[in-house]
Amino acid sequence: MIYIFDGSLEGLLTAVFEWFERKPGYTSLKVDKTYQPDAFTSSFLIVSDRQKSDRVWNGLQKKLGKQWMRRVYCAYLSEKPEAFDSLFHFMSYIFLNPVGAEKNFGNKDVLDISQIATKVEREKHRMEAFIRFQQTSDGFYYCAIDPDFNVLPLIAKHFKDRYADQQWIIYDLKRHYGLFYDLEKVTEITVELGEEKNFKQPASAQLNEKEELYTHLWKDYFKSTNIVSRKNTKLHVKHVPKRYWKYLTEKQLS
Amino acid sequence: MSDRLREKLNILADAAKYDVSCSSSGSNRKNDNKGVGNGHKSGICHTYTEDGRCVSLLKILLTNHCIFDCAYCVSRKSNDIERAAFTVDEVVELTMSFYRRNYIEGLFLSSGIFKNADFTMERLLRVVKKLRLEEKYNGYIHLKTIPGASDELIKEAGLYADRMSINLEMPTESGLKLLAPEKSHTDVIKPLDYVQKQIVQFKEEKKLIKSVPKFVPAGQSTQMVIGATPETDKEIMHTADAFYKNFALRRVYYSGYIPISNDSRMPILGTQPPLLRENRLYQTDWLMRFYGFNVHELLNDANPNLDVDIDPKLSWALRNLQHFPVDINTADYKMILRIPGIGVGSANKIVQARKFGKLYIHQLKNIGISYNRAKHFIRCADSPYQLKDYQATQIKSFILAESQSKYIKTDTQQLILF
Repeated sequence: MIYIFDGSLEGLLTAVFEWFERKPGYTSLKVDKTYQPDAFTSSFLIVSDRQKSDRVWNGLQKKLGKQWMRRVYCAYLSEKPEAFDSLFHFMSYIFLNPVGAEKNFGNKDVLDISQIATKVEREKHRMEAFIRFQQTSDGFYYCAIDPDFNVLPLIAKHFKDRYADQQWIIYDLKRHYGLFYDLEKVTEITVELGEEKNFKQPASAQLNEKEELYTHLWKDYFKSTNIVSRKNTKLHVKHVPKRYWKYLTEKQLS
Repeated sequence: MSDRLREKLNILADAAKYDVSCSSSGSNRKNDNKGVGNGHKSGICHTYTEDGRCVSLLKILLTNHCIFDCAYCVSRKSNDIERAAFTVDEVVELTMSFYRRNYIEGLFLSSGIFKNADFTMERLLRVVKKLRLEEKYNGYIHLKTIPGASDELIKEAGLYADRMSINLEMPTESGLKLLAPEKSHTDVIKPLDYVQKQIVQFKEEKKLIKSVPKFVPAGQSTQMVIGATPETDKEIMHTADAFYKNFALRRVYYSGYIPISNDSRMPILGTQPPLLRENRLYQTDWLMRFYGFNVHELLNDANPNLDVDIDPKLSWALRNLQHFPVDINTADYKMILRIPGIGVGSANKIVQARKFGKLYIHQLKNIGISYNRAKHFIRCADSPYQLKDYQATQIKSFILAESQSKYIKTDTQQLILF
């Protein structure tokens, strides 16, 4: 049996509900966008239902602690088709077994979820580390990112707590939405697709006049704090993989 | 003005880089005054230098003028280098503007000693006070305690800093006397001890009165220079162990000596820094702090130095083969932690998972243990039956043959005949 859902968290949870309603035996979960019908297995289209998904989520909360609920959420944010499938099996496994079953790291789905969640948390942590704000002439602090996973919901609190007295925008170019903090609360923002290309990098005319000085100071600092005789490029690249260099002020030439 | 600031930053960041501590963890300072900055429990490394070290703090000296002449230090009085000094405002401005752009996690402020200890400490204190009180800055601050500064100044600084540290510099008193005759370990011990007592006292008071302010919430640390003087690894780690125990230090850092002068008492210019040795010392440090090893098990009179070609945990296991093989499905957590190739994360997972049934090799591999290394020391549900008992030297050569170490490819140990 194959269940097809729309890729939303609501749809995923509804799928679990539907499975328990029907008990069709072994079932795998696929996303409608990437689903390829196959000749031998029958499929079932899940219609997202708020009531059903809420019941699953509440039931899950009774079985899992805070840490595991976050892992489930993180695994969902990875947006990977195989993660959705693992989540589907993991949740059924949790509901079918007594409380405490999530400690069974010998189980493939438990281990998968914990490993995917670790990856998402790592990406979240990297965004907290590698985001570099640029101050625009009207006082906003701006940064555009394109993370491997959809981590914006996870980093919002960190940046809100930390930069409580400055207005900032973090925009995800890959997923076409961003976060805007207006000194009170964080809101989600989107821009017209045509305009988005201007969002990669603010034009130098729009930047605060002091921005260039601080960029230079930071690059100078990065250079001076390096100890040449200890050069270890392998370790350097391990910590800062090359795909993140585009974010980093200190890694830009000129 | 900005050119001079850039010049100063270059000089004073360059002089501060030999202090290896860059951790920003352990602070729970909250942004509760709508200011800027919020402590992150595990710290954040915002970038890494090309030598692979983390950059999480803006690490600078207030000045590199110094009245001391310590042979191992670039800022020593007799060294002919450019000198500079920041003003209090410059440090505050740099910190705030870097922090606001998410370049850094906080400030690491150290200084050469100009005039005397109190004068220097007082300047450092002015910087941190201005940051905390005027700029409403709640980010991380790592402040150097200046040996010899008065207790009042140190106590006041502790109210604003997250971590304080003083460097031991040399692992033994005799080493320090050789290179810095004006200094002694007691200069370091006195303030370390004072701050530690204050931390304990503030914590006790906090239990009774909620409004007691934070005092050095991220604790204290120290640093030793390795390889400048001929100490053994045993002497180094026993000193570290004593400091961990006596002063509840959060960290001891080991800094491989990078030749900076032609002084005949130390390795000559151009000598490679002892990076591998430094790495082994850190591994030992971790074994002591997180793996339940006693320093005497790892380094003693029979083994005063760490093996270069294998890590200290493997080396301990090979010396103590009587404890192995360990049965993964029955052994207690402490023993599982001692198996080479299994870390804290995997050990935790193993202990939880085995309650649901015996663990098999494929499960252990999935959990993430380094099986090729661990297989010589463990038994699990489907371990292959093995008649032969291998000797320590054989196991070592098996592991080395498979390992990716860039240092040694083949085991060159000589055959032991008797």
